[in-house]
Amino acid sequence: MNQIGLEHCLLLGAVLFVAGIVCMATKRNAIGILMGSELVLNGANINFVAFARYNETFAMEGQVFALFTIVLAAAEAAIALAIVLNFYNNHVTVDVDAAEELKG
Amino acid sequence: MNVAELLFWITALLTGLSAIMVVVTQNIVRAALWLLFTLAGTAGIFFLLGADFVGATQLLVYVGGILILVVFGVMLTAQGPFVNLKTGAGEWAVSIVVGLLLFGLLGISILMTEWNFTPAPSIEPVQSRLANDLGLSLLGFRDATPKADLPIGSPGEPPRERTRLAYLFPFEIVSVHLLVVLIGAAYLARAKRRKGPAKS
Repeated sequence: MNQIGLEHCLLLGAVLFVAGIVCMATKRNAIGILMGSELVLNGANINFVAFARYNETFAMEGQVFALFTIVLAAAEAAIALAIVLNFYNNHVTVDVDAAEELKG
Repeated sequence: MNVAELLFWITALLTGLSAIMVVVTQNIVRAALWLLFTLAGTAGIFFLLGADFVGATQLLVYVGGILILVVFGVMLTAQGPFVNLKTGAGEWAVSIVVGLLLFGLLGISILMTEWNFTPAPSIEPVQSRLANDLGLSLLGFRDATPKADLPIGSPGEPPRERTRLAYLFPFEIVSVHLLVVLIGAAYLARAKRRKGPAKS
């Protein structure tokens, strides 16, 4: 059995990233799209922390950037849910295909 | 295989499979449940990688905050019984092909790259970075990278020593950003004033 290296963590981050991308592409529920973006941010966070662990040069940077990402993801989730609730109040649906008022 | 590697494999499998199930499932409440497992598994990976404070923050902010927010969003936007939000088969096929291609690209580029970092330790119990170090580096009282010899300054000059280069300014920006976001979210989700004559 190989030892756990940097590649394993990066591959796990890639799995989360691709799952988030596909989730954002396939879901028609706006909250599902929000979940996809959370998955993408988590994949990036795993990469940050893995580099902080395996490269002594970035021992502090990786964790600091991961903290910033978590905080900004929280802000993004709050704003996105507020927009989704507003959209639901106006259209009585959360289907993003119905959001075409800005279409030219 | 020691205990740490076994724990890593279990946690990584849990995290990856839950992430895939978030995509596959069609019920939005079940997707939220699988997302809970994914986020908790990510926190476990952080603990195993020696990032205790980041893992605890992940648990507090994601599992305790964002997920509750998402579940409340699901409950507040309940669908009627005849609304169909399923994805078509053609869309599924295209998305899966694109996702597999993207994952292949990422995996090949990860595995083909030579990550020649000088100490390449395996997973083992390490002295974890304490919250004290993180706080000091956010406030600027600690060198950001202890062993970094990245040259700064214009090329041609001899590289200067990096001293007291830390993250006070991004910390302030994030703080103001959070304040603005709170005000904006409260403004967006406020109770609407009713149009027409008031009934009472």
